[in-house]
Parts: sequence; C-alpha cells; structure tokens
Amino acid sequence: MPGHCVPPHLAASRQKAAGLLLVFAALVVFPFFAGDYLVDVAFFFGIYVLLGLSLNIVLGEVGLYDLGHAGFYAIGAYTTAVLNTRFGIPVLVLLPVSALAAGLFAFLVTSPIIHLRGDYLCIVTIGMGEIVRLALINNPLGLTGGPNGVYGIDSPTLGFLRLDSSAGSYALIWVVVGLAVFALFRLQRSRIGRAWNCIREDEIAAQATGINVRAYKLLAFVLGAALAGVAGNLYAVKLMVVSPESFTFWESCLMFSIVLIGGMGSVPGVIIGAAAISLFPEIFRSFASYRLVVFGVVMILMMMFRPGGVWPRRRGGTESRDLLLRLGRPRG
Amino acid sequence: MRVFFEQLINGLTIGSFYGLIALGYSMVYGVLKLINFAHGDFFALGSYLGYTMLVFGSGFLTTHLGLWGGLAVAVIVAALCLALVGVVVERVAYRPIYPAGRLPAVVSALGASIILQNLIMIIWGPRYQAYPAQLIPNFPIHAGGLNLTGLQLLILCVSFALMAVLYFVIQKTTWGAAVRATALDRDTAALMGINFKKVIRFIFTLGPALGALTGVMVGMYYRQISFTMGWNYGLKAFTATILGGIGNLPGAMFGGLILGVLEMLGSAYVSTAWKDVFVFLILILVLIFRPNGLFGEKIAEKV
Repeated sequence: MPGHCVPPHLAASRQKAAGLLLVFAALVVFPFFAGDYLVDVAFFFGIYVLLGLSLNIVLGEVGLYDLGHAGFYAIGAYTTAVLNTRFGIPVLVLLPVSALAAGLFAFLVTSPIIHLRGDYLCIVTIGMGEIVRLALINNPLGLTGGPNGVYGIDSPTLGFLRLDSSAGSYALIWVVVGLAVFALFRLQRSRIGRAWNCIREDEIAAQATGINVRAYKLLAFVLGAALAGVAGNLYAVKLMVVSPESFTFWESCLMFSIVLIGGMGSVPGVIIGAAAISLFPEIFRSFASYRLVVFGVVMILMMMFRPGGVWPRRRGGTESRDLLLRLGRPRG
Repeated sequence: MRVFFEQLINGLTIGSFYGLIALGYSMVYGVLKLINFAHGDFFALGSYLGYTMLVFGSGFLTTHLGLWGGLAVAVIVAALCLALVGVVVERVAYRPIYPAGRLPAVVSALGASIILQNLIMIIWGPRYQAYPAQLIPNFPIHAGGLNLTGLQLLILCVSFALMAVLYFVIQKTTWGAAVRATALDRDTAALMGINFKKVIRFIFTLGPALGALTGVMVGMYYRQISFTMGWNYGLKAFTATILGGIGNLPGAMFGGLILGVLEMLGSAYVSTAWKDVFVFLILILVLIFRPNGLFGEKIAEKV
C-alpha cells in the first residue's frame, strides 16, 4: 500500500512505533559506546525516572501532595540491604520483597491520614519521611547501622551471570524502567487510572459518581510506594551501601520537582523531568559550586515559561475524536 | 521538678524561634496559599548577615555604640536587608508564576530556596561559623532554684514583644486589616479597593525581617550557624504552622511554642535521639483528630 493512502491515525501510530524503536535502539547501543562514567550517569537517570514515576502515581495521577516519598524509597533500600547482608537472600529475589515492604508500609502509615486534604497531607507526609530517616539514624534493634548505614550488599546474579559492572546495573534498571513505563501507560488507560484522574479533578464529584475515593487514594499510595521500593532496591544494590543521608527531605523535594517540571500525570514528562534533575548537575560540573545556584534559577525559569511542565499530559483515550477513530479503525 | 521547669523554659525559647519563623510561613500562606520554602533560607541569611555585622563591624560598632548599641545595629541591619531580599525574591521568583497556580509556585519556591542556600554557602563557606562570644550579653541567673541565662530571658522577652507587635499590626492597623481581608477572599478584597500587590509586598517585607531577627537570636543562642540551618528550622517552623492551623497567625505562634516545649520535654523524658520523631508523631496524631490544626477553623468544602 502506498504511503499516502495510510489513514492519519495509523500514520501517527507508525511514527510513534518508529520513535519508540529508535529510543530502544539508543538505550541498547549506549553502553557499548559510552564510558563507565556515562553509563553510571545513565543508571542514576534511570533511578530518578523510577522515583519520578512512583511519585507521579500519587502526585500526578491523584493530585495528593506527597513530600515524604523518600521514606518509601528508604524502606525499599533498607529492606534489601538488611535482608541481604543478614540472611544472604539474593538481591534480585529481594526486588519484589522490597516493593511489598514499601507498599505495606505505605498502607499502614497512610491509612489513618488519607482523609487529610492538600497541605495538611503534605506536612504529614513530610513528617512521615522524616520519622523514617530519623529512625534509621537511631538504629532500631541494631538493624540499620545508625548514621553509617548498612554496607556490603551483594551484586545481582542471573544464574552464572553476575551483573556487577556498570553496564550490568544499567541494563537491569532500564529493563525495570521499561516495564514500569509500560505498566503505567496501561494503568492510565484503565478504570483505575480514570478514577484517579477523576479524584484529582474533583474529589466531591468523584465521590458522587460512586468512586471509592479512600480506596483509590490508598491504592495510589501503595503502588507509588512499591515502585519507590523497587528503586530503593536497585539503588542499594548499585551502591552496595545505604545510609540515612541518601533519603533526606531534599530527595523528596527533587522527586516533587521531577513530576512538576515534567508535567503532572505525564509519563514522558516525568522522564524528561528526571533527565533535567539527574543530568543537569553533571552537565554543569564546570560551574563547580555555582551549579546548584544555576539549577535553582532553571527551576524558577521553567515554572515561569512552562508552568504545566515540559511535556504536559494530553487528555487522550477518552476524547470523542479518539473514540470515533478507534471505532472506525478496521479490525484484523 | 527542676528539670521540668528548666526544660520548659528551654522549650519556650526554641519554641519562640519556631513561632517567629512560622509567622512568616503563615502570613504568606494565608494570602497566597503558597508554602514559601525559601522562608527558612531568609532566616538563615539573616543569621549570617547578623554574624558578619557583629564580626566585621565589631571594632567600630562596639567602640562607638557599646555592646548593646552594636548588637541593636547588627539586628536592625540584618532585618532591613532581609526585608529587601524578601521583596526582591517575591518580585523575581514568585510574581510571574502566580497566574499558573499553586504547584508551579511551590517548585519556584524550592528553586529560590536552593539559590539562597547555595549563595550562603558560596559567600560564607560550607563550614560552621561561630558567633563571637565576647559580643553576646550573657550572665547566669539563679531564680527559684532554676539555672537560666540572661540571654535566654532576653530572647524570650524580645520574641514575645515581637509576637505582640505583629499581633497588634495584623489585628489593629489598616495594613493588617488589608492582609486579613486578602487572606479571607482575595477577589472581594480587590473589589473593596485593596491593592493586592501592595499586600503581598507588605508580607514579604515583614516575614523575612522577622525571620532575620530570629536568625540573629538563634546565632546568639547556639553560637554557631550553618548554611543548612534554614532547612532544619524551616521544616520545624512549617510543622508549627500546620500544628496551629495554617493561615492563622496566633495559631502559628502557639504552634511554635508548643512544638518547642514538646521537643525539649521529649528530649528530657523520652530520649534526645528520638525527640524529632516524637515531635512529628504528635503532629500526625493532632492532625488525625483535628485535621485543620489545633486552632484552625473548620472550613466547609464548597461543591
């Protein structure tokens, strides 16, 4: 079939597929050409993408102000660190365990506070994040090693293959990022995603239409925390050491900025936001101590000129135009 | 019992710091519904400016004006500088972003905070700076079996006086009425002829100036200051704001005092290491049972 006969929506989806393929190819080829330093930078970029995506579920999809997300990240990282160093459980097995631990923790701590609105929820999550960090410093039951943290975490092994190189951890994290992005795109288009967005736009209207607001908000916190727990696992495994200073309020603020710089509720936006936050300090290394000042200036300028984020969420999927196109699309 | 009263006084002292900083958060929040993350850094900058005035101006100021005169000049200059900084930050970093809504303004405030904090680090260095001990009035007081310091009483008096003045300004003056009206309903206030921009400039003069005064007092009390102190105190003060009911000025003052007392009693009777955990737990408990803070009024949700 000649190109000019292709209906517009198919052409668009072909373009999209080609774009995705290019991104995928670039990600695969990258570690073969870049040095270890750049591959490590790409690893931390991946960590921030995961963290941004995890906060995006809570802040972007449901509009709940969460400035204590580093607490969930810490729970994931410490679960991995403690269980691996004490009991020698392989770190890849601990990946889902960390997610579960962080999700369960989120369920327990947010259940009593989920009814709080706006800024009150915000300060309670800040308090929660601080409590986690301070508790880790105070070394409860001698498990967390106090201010020095836990060290000596294993590298992941896949059968006989040991993923302890920069490229290995890079591959691991980007596979996880790919899965998370896919799952989140599916989630956005599901009943759950629509319910979340409905709560964000108007909570009372959502309740009036029969959405169980409390349950959906809790679900968002649990899923967001679980994904942050996954990021915590990968972070702990990469650094082989975790300490409380990696999980400060500042880290929560960075995640918050990632979501807002990228665009609330937008997956590609969050990836761009994570790129801005993680790559920027690397690019501006030559500014030395001024780089964070420049960073702050850029944050303000971004909000001045793109207040909705770099890549705001397009309302898609449920618009009548899309529905018509989908109905008109030939089957088979 | 002696420990209790001493800790109570210590708690009131740091509580008054939290309260004074919380006033700045609360005023901005009341009018703009914005969590001004840069406010903690205003406080830190004020502390550093006071330090510089005391150290570099010490020879000149104290010889010409005496100990108290030098101190007063340092405090006033720091407050005036910070009032200027506050107005400039508002003009440059916040005003262009108001139309975009609340959340972009929060990110912008974070950006402003990062800039201020790192500028402090670049100018004064990343290490602790020590306030000159010989320039700080201090004498022990033994009253009723309690060990207190004159500095502590001085700080308490000044803090309570400042809170009283601010309360008077907000409740009794035309400017205060304008601030309260704008906080209540911005559009109606504008229709009544209140200049919104002037109100904002007013609170961004008052809040940072109070923050700077607090900063100098904290420097004198603890003798050492660091560039990250803005975050630590800012977080506590913001907690105090919420504890008292955000946007409610007397609530912020009491919230600060309660927080300080809880912190000190917690460190005396529970454990020093867990005192902050104790404070945040109390905050969470209060919010579970009183979701609008201790003194916040219940606002009906409009449909």
